Amino acid sequence: MTRGDFPILERVVNGRPLVYLDSAASSQRPRSVIEAMTRYYERSHANVHRSIHTLGEEATELYEIARDRVHRFIGAAAREEVVFTRGTTDGLGLIAETIGRTLRAGDEIIVTELEHHSNLIPWQLVARDRGAALKAIPVRDDGSLDLDALDRLLTARTRVVAFAHVSNVLGTITPVPEVVRRVRNSAARTALTVVDGAQAAPHLKLDMSALDCDFYVFSAHKMLGPTGIGVLYGRRAVLDSLEPGRGGSEMIKEVWIDHAQWNDLPWRFEPGTPPIAEAVGLTAAIEYLEKLGMDRVTEHEAALAARAVKGLSALPGVRVFGPPLGVPRGAVVAFAVEGLHPHDVAALLDADGIAVRAGHHCAMPLMRRLGVVGTSRASFSVYTSPEEIDVLVDAVGALRSKL
Amino acid sequence: MTGHPGGRALERPVAREYTDAIRERWRRPRHRGELPDATGTAEDVNPLCGDRVRFAVQVSDGTVAAAKFTGDSCAICTASADVTAELATGRSTAEAAKLGTEDVLEVLRADVRPTRMRCVTLPLTVLGMALAR
Repeated sequence: MTRGDFPILERVVNGRPLVYLDSAASSQRPRSVIEAMTRYYERSHANVHRSIHTLGEEATELYEIARDRVHRFIGAAAREEVVFTRGTTDGLGLIAETIGRTLRAGDEIIVTELEHHSNLIPWQLVARDRGAALKAIPVRDDGSLDLDALDRLLTARTRVVAFAHVSNVLGTITPVPEVVRRVRNSAARTALTVVDGAQAAPHLKLDMSALDCDFYVFSAHKMLGPTGIGVLYGRRAVLDSLEPGRGGSEMIKEVWIDHAQWNDLPWRFEPGTPPIAEAVGLTAAIEYLEKLGMDRVTEHEAALAARAVKGLSALPGVRVFGPPLGVPRGAVVAFAVEGLHPHDVAALLDADGIAVRAGHHCAMPLMRRLGVVGTSRASFSVYTSPEEIDVLVDAVGALRSKL
Repeated sequence: MTGHPGGRALERPVAREYTDAIRERWRRPRHRGELPDATGTAEDVNPLCGDRVRFAVQVSDGTVAAAKFTGDSCAICTASADVTAELATGRSTAEAAKLGTEDVLEVLRADVRPTRMRCVTLPLTVLGMALAR
């Protein structure tokens, strides 16, 4: 699609041209993102919001422009609903701590069997602290969530339903509006819905009004942007009703020794100096994706995933996980090679210049459900080419003779 | 060299990591199995990958009479467990507990990258735990 825009793709690894198939862990960045951040550091850097000087004003403007761009990119109702965090893990931790303060013993939190540890452990910690119960929606054999089981799990004590939009292992796409509808039509109609969008934001056109969830969390570094910044979207009425989970500068209006008055949204949830250069980089990443068009991005990556599923499934001794061909999936394909450990698969592929992820992918309960120690995972982005998928399939086909 | 501040060469040829000794012991481990009359057993997991190694030792008169391993692990970890069991057998428990990564890597003739070092150390850790039981 656009390989020339990504300088790192010129790299040679172990004597072979780099085939980067680990974008679900972290994508690469186009030159425009790298240059925007360098330009910011070379020309405009200062701290934001209270600096009454030219650089401070420029930095503040650039930081708040990033918020406007995110607001538009995700179809939020208002810019005040966009809170900047350090990344998905930070955003999920922040919202778990914040909601956690309102929980009482006996309350219930529902997660799913396919969650990344980042959307499981914060809820475990909160449940332990508050005496709440943690339950999980089971995963069906085809990788989808058992939503009828969700209906049975929902009770008047359910306060939170937290789930991934796209599984980082299976690529399963959760029908977010349907989950939200089921929650609202149940005994748990006031429960808050929290969506981990880390694997969706880089690949799908987002529209918060259509998804209808209360919170949506994602990272910049998986969507062509820099590390160190993420987004927590929160429905305005809900955000407004919550006390800040974390304190510090920026998030207050007036402070006394024993109490303080909170700042307005969204700054109430942004204590401390924010990731300013990273926000500038995120703006450039969003501009890049919008220029490509998210519909085209989705189409491109769906074709790559289908090519990988087809190619890998046809190899003897290779098992492919996740939804069957024809069912939409995210830009990831996890697989196992009979008789080979996933880490050996990754190391041997690296010798061919191919970068894949291997292991439990921070989803140990899902690995247990699949009955494997781990899997190897190839994942794609806008710059991935069909030829790279073919290189992967050929290399995987030759693996069993190598060890 | 990667050219970064503090950077160093990170690429390493796969042949230096997957040596013949590792391949051989992965394909045909000599000390994998159960030890029915074990005097100590232990099990641990590599948090990086979820690999699981279990060691069983039979100690008599302060000497490791036999050591066996089982588990679910990669080639490097399996080969390391196999060598660890071999090196421990016949040594005093004090000597066996002092076995280190250098001892294992010498037998495997391998240059393992830092990200895979835990695959080498896990069996040594589990052996130490089994000996302490």
